[in-house]
Amino acid sequence: MSAVADTHGHAHDAHGHHGGYSGIMRWITTTNHKDIGTMYLWFSFVMFSIGGLMAVMIRMELFSPGLQFFNPEFFNQLTTMHGLIMVFGAIMPVFVGFANWLIPMQIGAPDMAFARLNNWSFWLLPFAASLLVLSFFMPGGAPGVGWTMYAPLTAQMGMGMDFTIFAIHILGMSSILGSINIITTILNMRAPGMTLMKMPLFCWTWLITAYLLVAVMPVLAGAVTMTLTDRHFGTTFFNAAGGGDPVLYQHIFWFFGHPEVYIIALPGFGVISQVIPAFSRKPLFGYASMVYATSAIAILSFIVWAHHMYTVGMPVTGQLFFMYATTLIAVPTGVKVFNWVTTMWKGSLTFETPMLFACGFLFMFTLGGFTGLVLALVPVDIQLQDTYYVVAHFHYVMVAGALFAAFAGIYFWLPKWTGKMYNETLGKIHFWLTMIFFNMIFFVQHFLGLAGMPRRIPDYNLMFETWNKISSLGAFGMGLAQLLFLYIVVSCIRNGKPAAQLPWEGADSLEWTHLPTPAPYHSFETPPVVK
Amino acid sequence: MSLEQQNRRLFTRLAIVAVAMFGFGFALVPFYNQLCAALGINSVERAESAVNTQVDRSRTVVIELDSNTHNLPWRFRPLVSHVSVHPGELTTVEYEVVNVRAAPVTGQAVPSYGPQYAAEYFKKVECFCFTQQTLAAGEVRRMPVTFVVDPKLPKSISSIALSYTFFEVAGRGGQS
Ligand code: HEM
Ligand SMILES: [Cu+2]
Repeated sequence: MSAVADTHGHAHDAHGHHGGYSGIMRWITTTNHKDIGTMYLWFSFVMFSIGGLMAVMIRMELFSPGLQFFNPEFFNQLTTMHGLIMVFGAIMPVFVGFANWLIPMQIGAPDMAFARLNNWSFWLLPFAASLLVLSFFMPGGAPGVGWTMYAPLTAQMGMGMDFTIFAIHILGMSSILGSINIITTILNMRAPGMTLMKMPLFCWTWLITAYLLVAVMPVLAGAVTMTLTDRHFGTTFFNAAGGGDPVLYQHIFWFFGHPEVYIIALPGFGVISQVIPAFSRKPLFGYASMVYATSAIAILSFIVWAHHMYTVGMPVTGQLFFMYATTLIAVPTGVKVFNWVTTMWKGSLTFETPMLFACGFLFMFTLGGFTGLVLALVPVDIQLQDTYYVVAHFHYVMVAGALFAAFAGIYFWLPKWTGKMYNETLGKIHFWLTMIFFNMIFFVQHFLGLAGMPRRIPDYNLMFETWNKISSLGAFGMGLAQLLFLYIVVSCIRNGKPAAQLPWEGADSLEWTHLPTPAPYHSFETPPVVK
Repeated sequence: MSLEQQNRRLFTRLAIVAVAMFGFGFALVPFYNQLCAALGINSVERAESAVNTQVDRSRTVVIELDSNTHNLPWRFRPLVSHVSVHPGELTTVEYEVVNVRAAPVTGQAVPSYGPQYAAEYFKKVECFCFTQQTLAAGEVRRMPVTFVVDPKLPKSISSIALSYTFFEVAGRGGQS
């Protein structure tokens, strides 16, 4: 393998490769997919920290019944901004970071198809994020409407709501441009011989995710635009007094919202599909079925949205349709889980940190999928909707699913990106702390939800106190554990030991087999030949 | 076609898809309204009416209506002799009473049930027996009883006899 690892781009390393700028201007003007990937990853970490701080504040308030720290309005603003920042600021950008770093290398392309557009897609994000954070300082504060931004509550918020709407517009623009870039790169820029069905699964999941983004981000933009014109320009899309209908907002939002949950999940599936085979030292089981399952999930995700709305008063036939369609999604999801497990079956497994996170993903995501099936059942959901059970469900899929996949990927590719090895012992400690504290926070929330504790409420009945205390303590622990993660990454970059050319012997995609470690600044300027 | 041209063409196509989906979001508005109108499912436009969800339609209980007077110059009878009801269902029946004396009379009705222990499952919401009734000379009056049979009514009971007896309230010759 080392024989092929080389050369393309190697020579460029010594000179002028940062576009002639240095310092901050290098980052502002860069069009290099690796630089941009790095910026996405750090941006995501900053947002993850801000969102995480808000989560800790929420759990502080919920440590005891009654109001201790914040008034209810501010509490609602915290939950809203926590949700928006984590979804749009942390999870989505982290996977765009992976896409930028990896897709060109994995398909043997020199860079993304539209390199300057790529720079622009990234630099929209800090503006959007500032708008979100600034909304706290507007008269009336940030919107306290929940990340779903339901009408008619949105009509009653202060200027912070408009800031948030503009932030969503900008974030959406960034996602759409980024997605078009990814689709074009994958469809047009593959090295000779790299057929679609030879691509690493990570590229496949991103291709499908990018299509989902192009299809649904504009719908969200439409929904918030209608909210904006309802607020300021006298339209009545969602205002019943003027002939509109607030339930219509929910339909439009969730038409975006359910595909969005797969936008969050699919790239994570892709990362896991790279990590598990590498540490099982076996090729991915059922590659083709993985591709079809991912496509099936994406297509089905367009016809299940109203499972978030069982209680709005839709006819029973509607409820049944959405219930059956939702449970149907469990089939392709099951295909994927079984394929991962089968990949591990009789493999020569080792459990370095990336693999630990992948296994954590496998267990916890499957649990989240199961509670999703529970919620998909109409009679059950009517009881559980808007309780902590839902909160537990979506954190199992988003934190233990998407975020664990991101951690797995970061530990997996960190040697490739930096040329240095992270501290394996600390990595494992980070995994176990995260795993234990995660379950401490969210497992007990199932019990709270089943007992009827509503979500998005700063105060609660005395009988819920014990589980809430456990959950809050878990949250403080999980927050601290992420400081360890920051330390691990920084000390790896600063003074990690040099990484081996192929740190993971089972890794077999082009970035490992055809490029040196660390990956050179320019790679594959002459395309590799893929057999 | 050069790679760059191919890329641009794909960009344009995908951008058109994105713009079209933005329009699609707005197109959902009339689509939704038409769909709701066609299927008649828009609950926002429908006046709210309360629906009793506690009715046990699997059971029917026959209520037999009976009437007696005790030394009272009144003709007193139910308008129907019996009604069939589902437990949990709100039902109203009417009795008619005629004062045949040429002077006002005040009476008080007292209910009783057969079997007697059905009483605790027979919930009267409105009844002429709650108050004393004064009828002018020769007056004819219709008086309602509104009741619910508790769904917890033991399965063994399939009919309940509701019987009223009117007593004269002495000394109150209708002057009250
Ligand atoms: C087997 C797969 C899944 C099923 C059957 C499922 C089902 C459901 C259902 C029925 C709800 C609505 C609960 C309610 O509001 O009462 C829900 C909520 C939610 N799900 Fe899932 N889900 C699945 C996977 C996912 C994934 C992969 C994600 C994200 C990565 C996700 C994220 C969410 C979120 C964020 C909510 C809460 C939305 C809110 O009301 O704020 N779900 N899920
Ligand atoms: Cu959904």
